[in-house]
Amino acid sequence: MMLELQNIHTFYGLSHILFDVSLTVKQGQIVCLLGRNGAGKTTTLKSIMGIAPPKRGKILFKGEVVSGKAPYILCRKGIGYVPDDRRIFADLTVYENLEIALRKREGRQQWDIPRVFELFPSLQKFSGRKGGLLSGGEQKMLAIARALVGNPECLLLDEPTEGLAPAMVAVFRDRIRLLKESGLTVLLAEQNVKFTLSLSEYAYIIDDGRICHQGTVAEIQENEAIRTMCGI
Amino acid sequence: MVGLSRAMILFIVSSGMSLVLGVLRVPNIAHGSLYMIGAFSAFSISTLLGGGNAGFWLALFLAPLVVALVSFIVERALFCHLYEREHLMLLLFTFALMLILGDLVKLFWGADYRSIMAPPLLQGSIRILGSPFPKYNIFLLIIGPLVAVGLWLFTNKTKIGKISRAAAVDMEMVGAIGINVSWVFAFTFVLGCFLAGLGGALVSPTISITLGMDHDIIMEAFLIVAIGGLGNMWGALVGSLIFGLTQSLGVLFWPQFAIVFPYAAVVIALTWRPRGILKSVW
Repeated sequence: MMLELQNIHTFYGLSHILFDVSLTVKQGQIVCLLGRNGAGKTTTLKSIMGIAPPKRGKILFKGEVVSGKAPYILCRKGIGYVPDDRRIFADLTVYENLEIALRKREGRQQWDIPRVFELFPSLQKFSGRKGGLLSGGEQKMLAIARALVGNPECLLLDEPTEGLAPAMVAVFRDRIRLLKESGLTVLLAEQNVKFTLSLSEYAYIIDDGRICHQGTVAEIQENEAIRTMCGI
Repeated sequence: MVGLSRAMILFIVSSGMSLVLGVLRVPNIAHGSLYMIGAFSAFSISTLLGGGNAGFWLALFLAPLVVALVSFIVERALFCHLYEREHLMLLLFTFALMLILGDLVKLFWGADYRSIMAPPLLQGSIRILGSPFPKYNIFLLIIGPLVAVGLWLFTNKTKIGKISRAAAVDMEMVGAIGINVSWVFAFTFVLGCFLAGLGGALVSPTISITLGMDHDIIMEAFLIVAIGGLGNMWGALVGSLIFGLTQSLGVLFWPQFAIVFPYAAVVIALTWRPRGILKSVW
């Protein structure tokens, strides 16, 4: 198992956000976490990444308990994080954003800057431009590219299509498929049901901080009642 | 010219403060104490080596390193445990540190006035446009831009410099790309304090080295980074030039009220640009 969450409970201050969330992601899979705004998708990913560590429950990465570890340790262990609000370093150029995130790893297929430029050619075009001057879609590309050059084994992708035009959504769908073909494991948090189900093999539906349903993509696609119940 | 050379000392000290303020978001009130330790260390090293050329140059090299070592110990032993705390706590911590360092200087060096001589090479003056100008001030006019270029190269051309610029904006995300932010902060803090020590060592042949010199410089450095733009290195340069030049113009034109001139300039600058003349990173 690549990633496993066992009954995690996460709080922001006194507010209880995640309740008993459990999920598993197998190696090479794209698993999606579907839910409406405020359902707890981002908090789940932040809990995994150590940004909002859970107060109870366990997170295992490749069988090792990693809950409570600092984000930089989790990144070094092989978890890449693409936040929903991109959080690119606005004052640094595109190239510098990638350069500081570059991390080589032994015995693994290597992502480097030329390779992510092949994946997202427009980033190469703007490599000398400050990150803050890119469009929303380009910033999303940069956020994914920045996570990739860290050569993760498991990528946490938070709402990659949020606020994008349909043509751009199609581009992202293709690129994420390419990532899967390269052997990368992906946990994809989204509220765009069509986009997500077209990419994933297994889905978890989260609502009000609780996993309210899980199943194969086919099950969820066929079951309108589940989707309505979970508010997606 | 005297104003410009004073501005160079102010720039070196305030650029260190601005660096710490920009990356760590900590207004380090103890920065002036580290400047004072730099000056006292320069005195001790120079005296130990019998003064002269070798004594001065070694003091100039070693005194900032002594300050860097002190700041490294303080950062790793105490400061690094407080980054998650609110700003007021950090401010109180650096205030306490200022008092402790001040007392340690008193214990170690006493309350007497000290002074060191500039090396023979930099003593005397040369004539510029018919007026005599101290050679040491020319030396300061060379060192200031060199420090500015060095800092620019550090922040723009080195990986750690780029990381520190990124950490100034979003330290959580810097951690999420696999960088141990704690060490970036340690490095930045030590570099900022090194600059305070360098400023102290450079100023030592031009003033009396004594307790209380930390209070004067800290007030000036804070005002300089405020008018230049918090955390902006070039802002520190602009602020230092304004401060140093208005101070000298005051002495030249209205000596009785000379002290008022730089503060009046600060009031005007902050009224015109409340967030600083150049872009603040806060």
